[in-house]
Amino acid sequence: MCTMICERAEMEGSARGREGWFPLEMANVSYDHPFNAPWEYGVNIDFVNQSQGVGSRVAVELSPESAKRLADTIIEALKKGEADPQIKVSVL
Amino acid sequence: MYTTDQYEGMIAETITINGTNGDAINTYFARPLGAGPFPAVVLAHHLPGWDELYREFTRRLAHHGYLAISPDLYCREAHGTPEDVAAAVRADGGVSDDQVMGDLEAAAKYVRSLPSSNGKVAAFGTCSGGRHVFLAGCKLNCFDAIVECWGGNVIMSDDQLTDKQPVSPNSYTNDLNVPLLGLFGDLDQSPTPEQVNQHEKELKAAGKNIEFHRYPEAGHGFFYFDRPIYHQSSAVDGWDKMFKFLGKQLG
Repeated sequence: MCTMICERAEMEGSARGREGWFPLEMANVSYDHPFNAPWEYGVNIDFVNQSQGVGSRVAVELSPESAKRLADTIIEALKKGEADPQIKVSVL
Repeated sequence: MYTTDQYEGMIAETITINGTNGDAINTYFARPLGAGPFPAVVLAHHLPGWDELYREFTRRLAHHGYLAISPDLYCREAHGTPEDVAAAVRADGGVSDDQVMGDLEAAAKYVRSLPSSNGKVAAFGTCSGGRHVFLAGCKLNCFDAIVECWGGNVIMSDDQLTDKQPVSPNSYTNDLNVPLLGLFGDLDQSPTPEQVNQHEKELKAAGKNIEFHRYPEAGHGFFYFDRPIYHQSSAVDGWDKMFKFLGKQLG
């Protein structure tokens, strides 16, 4: 581990991995060496369900600028969705 | 340097050794064919895990006449692709320094016990593995030489310390008990050139037998030929310096 920077957040939802869809447990966000993206450091996001094994993982590796754009985009979509009176989130 | 008319062969396979607490851990072991005696190198793999690159490094060392052994330092975490396992370890804050020390010591004892060993064992590591082998040179007494390649977090601030990495490795500088070769890229961000300078200064102040080389055009991981960060001339020179160092220290 070179930076050891990793933030974790519990997640509800689904992710599509190599074996198909799986229920999400956690998102791990690290600022460290990517496995595939070409730069030395990046923002690596792993959507995982470790109770199903380490292979239940959907990974993205982003440049810091892209990660900020993604965060802003999520917030913007949330704002619009939560402001729409016709949308009600149902939780089973 | 080997010549075209010489015999050459090796065996490379996965074996199991007993690491820290006697735990069985998978280990990649590549060794030249023949009775020896051969010197040995223990490889401490990097952050991306016990991956194909480290298998190639292990075979390369065997090709150059070393008993080369690379324990899976993430073996207890899980099994899967190296990336999936390393991602899980990364999320869990890495592996503990004490556990890694026990695993590296076990690998050294295993190769030294072989009839084909000449009794000399070095440790080599890159990135987090570079940090681990520096620690091993300070905290263990089973190595005869250390090759530290761009060890990240050899110098840690107090807020970086965790239960698994409770002490900044440079705190142990006075305890380094073997010669050390250090290879670093000036464009690296971890360790930064300033941290490399501090590391070297502390080792020299402690009177240690060290040899540091810096590569102005190289960044982090410049040996990694599967990554854009690979830097050809620095990597070629770095391997050459490493083999000369190992030849001198291990016989």
